[in-house]
Amino acid sequence: MPTSPNSFRIGPDERGHFGLFGGRYVAETLMPLILDLEKAYNEAKADPQFQGELNYLLAQYAGRPSPLYYAERLTKHLGGAKIYLKRDELNHTGSHKINNVLGQVLLAKRMGKTRVIAETGAGQHGVATATACALFDIPCVVFMGSVDVERQAPNVFRMKMLGAEVRPVTSGSSTLKDAMNEAMRDWVATCDMTFYCIGTVAGPHPYPAMVRDFQCVIGNEVRTQIMEMEGRLPDTLVACIGGGSNAMGLFHPFLDDKGVRIVGVEAGGKGVETGEHAASLTGGRPGVLHGNRTYLLQDKEGQITEAHSISAGLDYPGIGPEHSWLKEQGRIEYVSATDNEALTAFQLLCKLEGIIPALEPAHALAHVTKLAPTLSKDNLLVMNLCGRGDKDVFAVAERLGMKI
Amino acid sequence: MSRITKRFDKLKADKRAGLVIYISAGDPNADVSYEILKGLPVAGADLIELGMPFTDPMADGPSIQVAGQRALKAGMTVDGTFDMVRRFRKETGDDDTPILLMGYYNLVYQRGVERFCKEAAAAGVDGFILVDLPPEEADELKPHAEAHGLDTVLLTAPTTDDKRLPAVLKYSAGFVYFASVLGITGTKSATEEAVARHVARIKRHTRLPVGVGFGIRTPEQAAAVARHADAAVVGTAIVDRVKAGLDANGKPTPGLTAGVLADVKALAGGVRSVSKP
Repeated sequence: MPTSPNSFRIGPDERGHFGLFGGRYVAETLMPLILDLEKAYNEAKADPQFQGELNYLLAQYAGRPSPLYYAERLTKHLGGAKIYLKRDELNHTGSHKINNVLGQVLLAKRMGKTRVIAETGAGQHGVATATACALFDIPCVVFMGSVDVERQAPNVFRMKMLGAEVRPVTSGSSTLKDAMNEAMRDWVATCDMTFYCIGTVAGPHPYPAMVRDFQCVIGNEVRTQIMEMEGRLPDTLVACIGGGSNAMGLFHPFLDDKGVRIVGVEAGGKGVETGEHAASLTGGRPGVLHGNRTYLLQDKEGQITEAHSISAGLDYPGIGPEHSWLKEQGRIEYVSATDNEALTAFQLLCKLEGIIPALEPAHALAHVTKLAPTLSKDNLLVMNLCGRGDKDVFAVAERLGMKI
Repeated sequence: MSRITKRFDKLKADKRAGLVIYISAGDPNADVSYEILKGLPVAGADLIELGMPFTDPMADGPSIQVAGQRALKAGMTVDGTFDMVRRFRKETGDDDTPILLMGYYNLVYQRGVERFCKEAAAAGVDGFILVDLPPEEADELKPHAEAHGLDTVLLTAPTTDDKRLPAVLKYSAGFVYFASVLGITGTKSATEEAVARHVARIKRHTRLPVGVGFGIRTPEQAAAVARHADAAVVGTAIVDRVKAGLDANGKPTPGLTAGVLADVKALAGGVRSVSKP
């Protein structure tokens, strides 16, 4: 085992590696662009004007800071840890995705790009990107697997209303990974004018670090809010993980606080033991896809296998490389919750707290329902409620055998 | 000296450019794919790129994506690809035509880079073109490839400027592959003027031969590239010809192999119509 680093927050190295993971595994055509992007991002990061503009938008347009809400009935029901929900589902567009998108689209403007493309699974990142592009008057094309177009129809309609072109992707398995392949193919062909707005902490360097930085607003707010409310840091953090951006946003500011236990919850689908799941860290192994080395669902030879989850947003066979590194470092515990567990948790939150969660954070909540009862009453647990469930009502109704 | 270097030396002595033909290993199935492979040198292919089918070919257009899917569906594997090369060397007795494996790095990485290089070399492979392994990551592969006498052919693109070229060339051996258009395989074609300009630019930085690919479909286009580069690479047009030889159920029709090889012959005619100084 490698010895524990002095800080878990200093990565990646100058080549974009988090230990074994990350990197820049892309076609040569894209390589100069990725280097340009890295340079432009580093400049923007250090520019107070850029940060000021972003902070203004986060506050006045997206509605940040999102509340940190003490879920009293849920806490009593579970009878253990004191549960706080970070209400990122209250952001404009209904999820944490807007945090990252505002940053990237501002950067696209700054770089003089005249077209933005994005991939989307559940449609939350697509909607957020379409929103920011409407705001900044930039043409936007969103690639979405044709399977997801079917199961996330309300979000497809929203993107169209916002002026984006939604391109259904029918190659491969017609889900999120194929949407990402198609976005990269488009990018290679149009790279002089196009900015690729990646929705999660994955892809070639600098995306994993850049998206993380934009999402860290979640964890930074939690630090301030919990200090105000409880006068101390939380004991436990829980978030769901597909690519891992909402989780990284919550976790990263706490990685060096040794007393904070951190748990990431992957989508267990029908159960990790069935092979039909999206739990890359629990059921996969390191490989190279979409520009980075990370844990992947794949067969013996390295062919990528299809992920399975009730939640289109978690239905991805990979995960951000920094999560892979943190797993190997042993800093974060990675567990999984099944489709059925998430469905149960989804209904529980509706009834107890009057909040309809997205299916993605319902996975985090499913784990909270198992974990919280084992913890003492003074254990402060913060769960990231990263999206709201309006988009999922049709899918959930169908699973529950109800007609809308 | 590698088979690739020997072949380019011979082409130079013959005062002509070479024809590089890409086929997807196992497309439409292992037997037909092998028949095509076997016939390529006779039809006029000077070098062969054998595509390793991958589920997520990010840099490829629809034709090569679907070809890979046909091959995977028919059961092609990395071992199966090695077998094709081994059988080619043994059955044809052709010890001169270079065969490069083309594809994506994950298949190499999963087998273990060292083991992959060892097994590829033992099968009779001469080099690699790994689309998603730019110079920034190529140090993982290069020492093992060299140790087993395999050439690493890296891609250059119109976006690879003079400042960046030396980094790409540092990891290149055998030849330099210039992907002549911005985009995925088989979609657009570069103008002859652009090809001439970029090849001349690359040649200012290296003595390695330069092969040009992406968007070359006809004997005329191949001839145009041959006027400026050391080799013309044709992939999508060949893969499309394989597809055209399938019936409605995706089964190969009797004339498929002959049809593909006839196209290769025509392309070779284009390349060979140009005599080089």
